[in-house]
Amino acid sequence: MSDSHGQRSRPPEEAPEAPPADMRLPTGPNRATETGRDGALPAWRRMLRRIRLVELASAVILLLFVAAAVAPGLLAPGSPLAVNPVDAFQPPSWAHPFGTDESGRDVYTRVVHGARPSLLIGVAATAIGLVLALVLGAAAGLGPRWLDFTAGRVTEVFFAFPGILLALLLIALTGPSPVVATIAVGLSVAPGYARIIGGEFRRVRQAGYVEAAVLLGHGWWRRFTGHILPNALGSVFVLATLGLGQTIVWASALSFLGLGTPPPAAEWGAMLAAGRTYLEVAPWLTIAPGTAIVLAATAATLLGRSLEQRVRES
Amino acid sequence: MLGAVFVLWAAATITFFAVRAVPGDPAETIIGGPGSQAGEEALAAARAEYGLDLPLWEQYLRYLGGLLSGDLGTSYALRAPVTEVIGEQLPGTLALALTALLLGWALALLLVRQAARGGRVSRVLGTIMEVTAAALPHFWLGAVLILVFATTLGWLPSVSTPDLPGLILPALTLAIPLAGFLGQVMRESADDALASTFALSARARGESPAGLFWRHVLRHAVLPAASLSGWAFGTLISGAVIVETLFARPGLGRTLFLAVQGRDVPVVTGTVLVVALAYVLITFAGDLLEMLVDPRRRRV
Repeated sequence: MSDSHGQRSRPPEEAPEAPPADMRLPTGPNRATETGRDGALPAWRRMLRRIRLVELASAVILLLFVAAAVAPGLLAPGSPLAVNPVDAFQPPSWAHPFGTDESGRDVYTRVVHGARPSLLIGVAATAIGLVLALVLGAAAGLGPRWLDFTAGRVTEVFFAFPGILLALLLIALTGPSPVVATIAVGLSVAPGYARIIGGEFRRVRQAGYVEAAVLLGHGWWRRFTGHILPNALGSVFVLATLGLGQTIVWASALSFLGLGTPPPAAEWGAMLAAGRTYLEVAPWLTIAPGTAIVLAATAATLLGRSLEQRVRES
Repeated sequence: MLGAVFVLWAAATITFFAVRAVPGDPAETIIGGPGSQAGEEALAAARAEYGLDLPLWEQYLRYLGGLLSGDLGTSYALRAPVTEVIGEQLPGTLALALTALLLGWALALLLVRQAARGGRVSRVLGTIMEVTAAALPHFWLGAVLILVFATTLGWLPSVSTPDLPGLILPALTLAIPLAGFLGQVMRESADDALASTFALSARARGESPAGLFWRHVLRHAVLPAASLSGWAFGTLISGAVIVETLFARPGLGRTLFLAVQGRDVPVVTGTVLVVALAYVLITFAGDLLEMLVDPRRRRV
């Protein structure tokens, strides 16, 4: 998921100067241009400034959502469940910035209060997926051949339940609930992460500095914690931020289908599900929570990509 | 080939035991849900009808044997063979998914071409567009498209009809996020290819920028995206669940959703297994495509 902004403008003959001998062994055609340590180039610095803007914007958006999740009362003092039938289907106005829904509940308040359940499901699902993927990935990328083989087969089988199909299967068996939806989404994203993490472990294991550590007689645990994990962790961290956007979207998709959080609650997907019926008379019921999902997912993804670049540079 | 068979067997086995591991009596669901208060005799009859009174290993063997002869079981709710249910719904979903796939590739190529041609600003804009497109949830995008093109402009129907205009909005809803993902993946390797020495030498030989892109860079851009075709299929199918529900379009996705809602387990497991089979086949085809595009892989 790298993007090599700014590096394109660099004349190719400068590339070999960049990598310090200990670190950067090109391990494939894609790695050739990812040599860092060229901060001295003015074009690169200009690019950095631009990236920071993206970072800043996504960080501010995410922080706003986190603030809404931690202390929704600060941003929206009212109750998300307060019903006022007289005010039903009010279009957006000063009193109701995002309008009101079919029971006269304030949509803005509901969107703010919806941040907590929506983000929580996303974070928990990502965590479940990452833990599973770390185990599978470590087995595949670092273990002996039979373990690599086994982990590879397990990942492959998981892959054969693509997208939210595994989640749907689980929900069909156990019945809809937010907890099942979270676990299901976590299981669904795990194989993808596992493949990336396994590849990353494999790449790092073959790097020159790990070979050097072997020659120095370091034990496997020291090699793992001292060299392999720190170098692979960057990509894991990036995966987590990138994956967060995805899991938020999938969890809300399940709620939208009525298979996650049930409707009266202020959760973005559930709000979308309730608003869908009134799409043509009260579009703000769909637009407001949907935009919150898009903003959160996009901000997480953009931040993840930007952070990935920093990890690569350092 | 052996690996594919193993994956399918494992998927079938996992599905079978997952169904058995869950508490609750399937016979009650068959009769009409936990609230139906069916008599013990009716429950026993239902168990006998669906073979639920047999020992587990015999059920498993019968199930595997059934799968081999193309029998996915019988729907609880529709009282029809699952293969028949799926066969009826499949063409609509295939038409939708294929249209979306073509649209997605076309859009992604357009994005990548534009980014490769433009300056820094258009590159940053391109990145933001791709990331946003990839993050767009199907349910939201579909709703917005309905609002713009059906409610406001009135150009296209908001409820999917079997003809072409009815296909456009659902297909676009599936295609735009797909294009975002494909665009991201393709542009990464397109950038690498553009920065490489073979691109420089092609330019030095007098290749035009457009020729450089279509003749030299495109191959590299398409490769990682082709290797994702199994994954793309997966997102299209899970997207179809949402899009078909949103547009009230009959198809496999909507059938699956209704089956999940009604806890019609045979339909759900049957659909999941058919999708697993399709996934395995498509991944295989993607590998072939990769070999076709990348001469380096043919020698192995």
